[in-house]
Amino acid sequence: MRRDGSVDGSLRAEKTDSRAFCPKQTGKGKNMNEMLRAQDVTFSYSHEQHKALDGLTTQVTRGEFVAVLGANGCGKSTLAKHFNAILLPSSGTVYIEDIPTTDEDRLLEMRQKVGMVFQNPDNQIVATVVEEDVAFALENLGVPPAEIRTRIDEAMKMAGIYKHREKAPHKLSGGQKQRVAIAGVIAMRPDCLILDEATAMLDPIGREKVMRTVKTLNRDYGITVVHITHYMEEAAMADRVIVMSEGHIAMEGAPKEVFSRVDEVKALHLDVPQSAELCHALTAAGLPMPDDIIGVDECAAALYKAITGKEAPVCPQP
Amino acid sequence: MSAAVKIEHLSYIYSEGMPDASVALDDVSFEIEEGQFIGVIGSTGCGKSTLISHFNGINRPTKGHVCIDGEDIWANPKDIRRFRFKVGLVFQYPEYQLFEETVYKDIAFGPANMGLDEQEIDRRVRRAAEFCGITQRVLDASPFELSGGQKRRVAIAGVLAMEPKILVLDEPAAGLDPEGRDTILGQIKTWHKETGTTTILVSHSMEDIAKYADKVLVLNAGHIAMYDETAKVFARAPELLALGLSVPEVTKVFLRLREMGLDIPADVYTIPYAVKTVLAAKATREGGSAC
Amino acid sequence: MLRDITIGQHFPGNSPVHTMDPRVKILLTIAYIVMLFIGSNPLGLAISTVFLALLYGISKIPLKLIARSIKPILPIIAFTAVLNLFLLSGSGEPLFQWWIFRIYPESIEYTIIMAVRIICLIAGTSLLTYTTSPIVLTDAIERLLYPLSRLHLPVHELAMMMTIALRFIPTLIEETEKIMNAQKARGAQLDSGTLKQRVQALIPVLIPLFISAFRRADELAMAMECRCYHGGEGRTRLKQLRLRASDVVYGLICAVVFVLIGLSNLWFPSI
Repeated sequence: MRRDGSVDGSLRAEKTDSRAFCPKQTGKGKNMNEMLRAQDVTFSYSHEQHKALDGLTTQVTRGEFVAVLGANGCGKSTLAKHFNAILLPSSGTVYIEDIPTTDEDRLLEMRQKVGMVFQNPDNQIVATVVEEDVAFALENLGVPPAEIRTRIDEAMKMAGIYKHREKAPHKLSGGQKQRVAIAGVIAMRPDCLILDEATAMLDPIGREKVMRTVKTLNRDYGITVVHITHYMEEAAMADRVIVMSEGHIAMEGAPKEVFSRVDEVKALHLDVPQSAELCHALTAAGLPMPDDIIGVDECAAALYKAITGKEAPVCPQP
Repeated sequence: MSAAVKIEHLSYIYSEGMPDASVALDDVSFEIEEGQFIGVIGSTGCGKSTLISHFNGINRPTKGHVCIDGEDIWANPKDIRRFRFKVGLVFQYPEYQLFEETVYKDIAFGPANMGLDEQEIDRRVRRAAEFCGITQRVLDASPFELSGGQKRRVAIAGVLAMEPKILVLDEPAAGLDPEGRDTILGQIKTWHKETGTTTILVSHSMEDIAKYADKVLVLNAGHIAMYDETAKVFARAPELLALGLSVPEVTKVFLRLREMGLDIPADVYTIPYAVKTVLAAKATREGGSAC
Repeated sequence: MLRDITIGQHFPGNSPVHTMDPRVKILLTIAYIVMLFIGSNPLGLAISTVFLALLYGISKIPLKLIARSIKPILPIIAFTAVLNLFLLSGSGEPLFQWWIFRIYPESIEYTIIMAVRIICLIAGTSLLTYTTSPIVLTDAIERLLYPLSRLHLPVHELAMMMTIALRFIPTLIEETEKIMNAQKARGAQLDSGTLKQRVQALIPVLIPLFISAFRRADELAMAMECRCYHGGEGRTRLKQLRLRASDVVYGLICAVVFVLIGLSNLWFPSI
């Protein structure tokens, strides 16, 4: 276990907007671009017969933004907990970069590489002052105080909560608390951020701000994101959507590919964005519409064309 | 016929007289007629939760009156409990209020507090349980063994079992997956239809409000911003967006179409209605161009 | 109601009292309490009171707050004052006599001294909590107790527990309020009924509260592990405590005052 404090002190140049940027090479791994990999993972909670994960195989590429969807009990949170070595597979292997999560000696290193944000913001904030909480992980890693200071300031700015740094967490809104939790994780300078239904308890405004933060972290800082959610419009922001059902992957692909398969998605007890649903319903009602529409603007444009027979005018964004 | 709920000049100030006093509701007046399904929307901190906890006397107005069935509920403060049974209030994340050994006992807690006899309690528990899709096996189980969605339904059944004349629900589907959300809201709608219970649904989800409510009350910073039929409220989508609220995604699509210069109704807020509107618009166009 | 309870009533500021090293503050507070008992004579107490008033002035704590911290113990002060006043006997002639009650000059003096001493005691310790955030206080206690960890006392763990408790008190208070409202909405009689009824009515509040607290503890433990928590070993802190020259100077000033309070016994023997 690395206790020397310098776990990866200068992991990433301050700001990089390149996805291709590889923080550091860990050497012997087969595929440098692989962030996470689950290989034939099966898992059941001790008190249950039922398999929460059933021979699941998937991988996440460095810099990718992956959304994981699925009805309650489909195993998506269980999968998230495998990606951070909170849970270990009953059979199969999970790799973080090239480290198998069973390698206990490198537990801290893995936890530092893959940060995790949970559903209830109240239950993951440890300290009574925002900045102290953001510093918590770095204190645990034994980072020297001066460096903690620079890193938490940077993390709080990235999460947009710098101005609240001296407040008590319970005085903040849900969305703000969740961004404190995110800052507390990105202060570790992880390569990957896992959000386990982190937006489920937030109001629309809080959700939007959290998603905007996450999107920035992914785009501008190259942090790999695995976002577990019930909200289809959040999943539509991802590079790739994984739909889980009963412990395995039921659908996978770019949001457009997945959400255009409306009937399949609905059969898995999930929704599609209303735009996709509208197009699907119109096709069913005898007005053929393109089947790869998931956003408001493209839906409006397609409707314009369907109704008038002309291309939609390019009008300025409101 | 008097209104089921009548709010007159209601103001509520948190920690009045203290330096950190804040006005949560400012001179709010409106009426809800019996048997209606009302949606309440507004951004966080607009006073929604404060407002609904006035309906059954959890909060006491700083100023103004709350009348249920024509009676001022604070006319006799000792009598407030009577109104707690008349107005069933389901708070956010109600599953955290479960405490009994069995689901049956938990659902019976409300009716038992009403002082009903065994038989009547049993009838009410079974009726509420059936509505919420709670089987006999679940009734005998401990509430703490259930899944999140099941717990939520048990908690709602606990309020339905009191058979209140007015049912108020604060974000009953928060945090559930799409199927859980549709199940619970569907059950509430069925209850509303079959019993004629006046229902008030607070939600952040415009899609849900659009799907279920007859009328929508929009709160903003302790004031009523709008109170009208659902179609009319969503027809004012630009105003809602300006209040920092969202509108259903289909409404956004139609708003966009109007911006593109298409003459199309703005009050579209559900998918079936949208399909009808589009087909009608196309038919008119084709009819027109045929001339 | 519940939300009015303030715990760890921290009143942020930038005065020398606020910025002083919390370890020094704790030690000085303890010394101050000791001196209140040693210098328990009119002169000693006068110095103690003036000194404390001065510190409150420097730290710019509103008088209202002092009143608030003393308010809860006023009945006790009044009660002991009455007892002292009437039940103590002096050597000389009583000043006032009625039935079995006699008031002697000495008992008046003693009563005043007792009352002032209690007020100073409360106000003095309150100054510590007003000017020091709970987390800094916890941190300071951890460091002061650090030598004990050589005796295998779990000092870091205790301090961590205190921090988490402080962090969760407002959350749990809020939660209690929510659960109470939810049960009231189902007709629970929390605000009326006989004592027995009210105690019984607490069950539907306490059980959900405990269950939720355990769930929170579970989730918090997981979140802490995810942020690499592995006990106190090898841990650093964001805010380092370093004794500065100013701490030494202020400490010495206080020490001089304390010596004066002690010396006051030479003029007025302590009671």
